[in-house]
Amino acid sequence: MTPVRILARLDVKSQNVIKGIHLEGLRVIGKPFDLATKYYADGADEIVYMDTVASLYGRSNILPVVQQAAEDIFVPLTVGGGIRTEADIVAALRSGADKVAINTAAIKDPNFLTRGANALGSQCITLSIEAKSRGAGKWEALTDNGREMTGVDVLEWAKQGEGLGAGEILLTSVDQEGTQTGFDIDLIGLVRDAVRIPVIAAGGAGKAAHVIDMIKETGCDAVCCASIFHYGKLDIPDLKRAIADAGFEVRL
Amino acid sequence: MITVIDYGRGNLFSLDQALKKIGAEAERVHAGDGVEAATKLILPGVGAFGDAMLGLKERGLVEPIREAVARGVPMLGICVGMQLLFTKGEEFGNHDGLNLVPGTVRRLPDSETKDADRIPNVGWRKVHPGPAAAAVGIEPGAEFYFVHSFAPVVDDAADVAGTISFNGKDVAIAVARGSVAGVQFHPEKSGAAGLAFLKAFADKT
Repeated sequence: MTPVRILARLDVKSQNVIKGIHLEGLRVIGKPFDLATKYYADGADEIVYMDTVASLYGRSNILPVVQQAAEDIFVPLTVGGGIRTEADIVAALRSGADKVAINTAAIKDPNFLTRGANALGSQCITLSIEAKSRGAGKWEALTDNGREMTGVDVLEWAKQGEGLGAGEILLTSVDQEGTQTGFDIDLIGLVRDAVRIPVIAAGGAGKAAHVIDMIKETGCDAVCCASIFHYGKLDIPDLKRAIADAGFEVRL
Repeated sequence: MITVIDYGRGNLFSLDQALKKIGAEAERVHAGDGVEAATKLILPGVGAFGDAMLGLKERGLVEPIREAVARGVPMLGICVGMQLLFTKGEEFGNHDGLNLVPGTVRRLPDSETKDADRIPNVGWRKVHPGPAAAAVGIEPGAEFYFVHSFAPVVDDAADVAGTISFNGKDVAIAVARGSVAGVQFHPEKSGAAGLAFLKAFADKT
């Protein structure tokens, strides 16, 4: 089996890392550089930066934050929020990002994924999907950091996104996000089975057992956490040790 | 001085930062004369094999690189830069490589099982040392970050410096032959292990 990847996510707003529940009710957690440095030292396998207001205001202030990180942090960095054009992708990569996470712009124009993949390679195009439950076995993709409905079915969109050139899918359950009550196992399992590219599960981790159960149930080998790390409920070395003790391979 | 060959295929920001972090002096060159003067080379690269070779050809870099290696200049290929060291690549058609290490770059072995390793291979993997491990300086048990869909099938097993296990098969991801070495992983994205690996190359005399 593929070794499990642990990603730390930083939601950035006006030079602060913030966190809410269901992507709402935001609190300031700390400075992006301080948190990223800590998570890197703790053994985060990748770090994800999300500009939480870029989609709303049509601009991104996150690149200086990423560039500062890339001078000192030598694990893959993903940047999301406000990536709308190939020029935005190039600017993110030039600032030291390895990948971009695209949600809103891809829903508006799915071929943007293909253009990005053709120009810069699928390996740097992560399709970010924010999934909201709409009854048993149905999820709707939301955009603009969980603010806007689209009517797009998540399973269909995941398959389409893979076909259009996405190299990975970052799948966030809006229902579970920030609740620390466990993952949406059905969602993750169904999306993972629907595609053949790697899927990164996000939304709901509150303890190591949540992560381990999710991996066991779905086979998903990458997980992205925020609250659990930000609030010091579980640090990355403890989470990784628990995953290793459960019999999965992980970088310690 | 490490001379990084910049042929317009890939983002060198992180590699520059990593070399700076380990205190290595580095310069970028874009043309053959820069390669001719080099005493130590890094050949980076991302993207597709054929397109990357085109990038080298367009800048007249193929012969200068081959001549530098013939003179015994140490060269490290990273990611697609490592793949280009081989005789041929099979990504989007058949393409000739630099032919510094005999072998063919092929798609990773696939599997239909539910817990199959997915392609692209994205993430950290433990590298198992091969016969040529000492020449590359890979520490036993070290883990590195990978993102790739292709990997070499090496003709001469003695050239294999490291492998990963992927869908039940041993896949070569590090090679060394003469003064040439190459790794599929990204040392500039592999934390402390990656920086130590780059430092070993920088310090090599």
